[in-house]
Amino acid sequence: MEPARFVALCGRVLPFAVALAVAMLAAGLLFSLALSPADYQQGESVRIMYVHVPAAWMALFVYALVAVLGGVGLAFGHALAFHAARAAAPLGAAFALLCLVSGSLWGKPMWGAWWVWDARLTSMLLLFFLYLGQIALSGAFDRQARGDRAAAVLALVGCVNLPVVKFSVDWWHTLHQPASVFKFGGPSIDPSMLLPLLLMAGAFKAVFFALWLIRTRTAVAASRVAAARLAGGAR
Amino acid sequence: MSRRRQRLVWLGVGLGAVFAAGALVLSALDDSLTFFYGPADLVERPDAFSRRVRLGGLVEPGSLVREGAAVRFTVTDGQVSLPVTFSGVLPDLFREGQGVVAEGRLSQDGHFAAETVLAKHDENYMPREVAEVLKQNGEWRAAR
Repeated sequence: MEPARFVALCGRVLPFAVALAVAMLAAGLLFSLALSPADYQQGESVRIMYVHVPAAWMALFVYALVAVLGGVGLAFGHALAFHAARAAAPLGAAFALLCLVSGSLWGKPMWGAWWVWDARLTSMLLLFFLYLGQIALSGAFDRQARGDRAAAVLALVGCVNLPVVKFSVDWWHTLHQPASVFKFGGPSIDPSMLLPLLLMAGAFKAVFFALWLIRTRTAVAASRVAAARLAGGAR
Repeated sequence: MSRRRQRLVWLGVGLGAVFAAGALVLSALDDSLTFFYGPADLVERPDAFSRRVRLGGLVEPGSLVREGAAVRFTVTDGQVSLPVTFSGVLPDLFREGQGVVAEGRLSQDGHFAAETVLAKHDENYMPREVAEVLKQNGEWRAAR
């Protein structure tokens, strides 16, 4: 898609995207904070899960998205793919940080430690650093096109870490518990707690989508400004 | 068109090589990526007595004894059980029958002196009422 057509389409889709994000977040917060029960072991602390787990899923999803966009940009030279990747990366980094911080706040009362160097926590921290490296690399060159290509390569290489994050709890002994939702034999989480979790996961996705549209539109505009400056010989 | 094709093939080959390298590195590091050893694994290890290690397993039901600030309990994997001593604050989730990871030293007589004790949560989430109904109906499966 041409960037100009994207900007026009974005203007029409954005109001609905924002409305959906607000509605889903309101419903998700209502269910996760008020209408869902406390856990039989963890008590009220279990509510941290409704932020922690969707943030972790989004951190993985957005990284894969950035890598795919980078791959499309590298292979086909689509400018819009690079704009979209640049717009998504800081959002993914924010989700990864939210996952790490909420997990730390959850770990202290439940496990008895803010942080341990087990395979799940370490690979998640690595994911956060990969995001930071990706963002830094994309801004490290005078010519944006060069930064975009370098960042895309890093994003693709960093994909190795995604299955490690997901399966670390199965491959090695970790302090972090194994998966509760996406696993063989169905979720081991009561429906009254699965519903708020899935609502919050949808809300996070909707919030990401709305912010991503806005940021991609801004990235397109910024690249036009840069091109105009260059053509006008400013500076 | 053929240049795009070529770039796509290179991307695929490169990605495949990176994933293969990642898999090799992870399988080579397998032993050091584990956070703890179960009782059976730990007693088999030649370096078990010479360094700080982490022991993980279930707290054997009925084994917990409190002596002032100190506690004694047994960590088991169903086959091998090791007696553990610890003095300090136990995490909230520490229970008999639940998972635990203790860090400390194993002495030659098979006694584990823990310096820190972490609780390990399982992957089951449910309200208290559901847990009670499951227990009443005898459908309660013991935590891993």
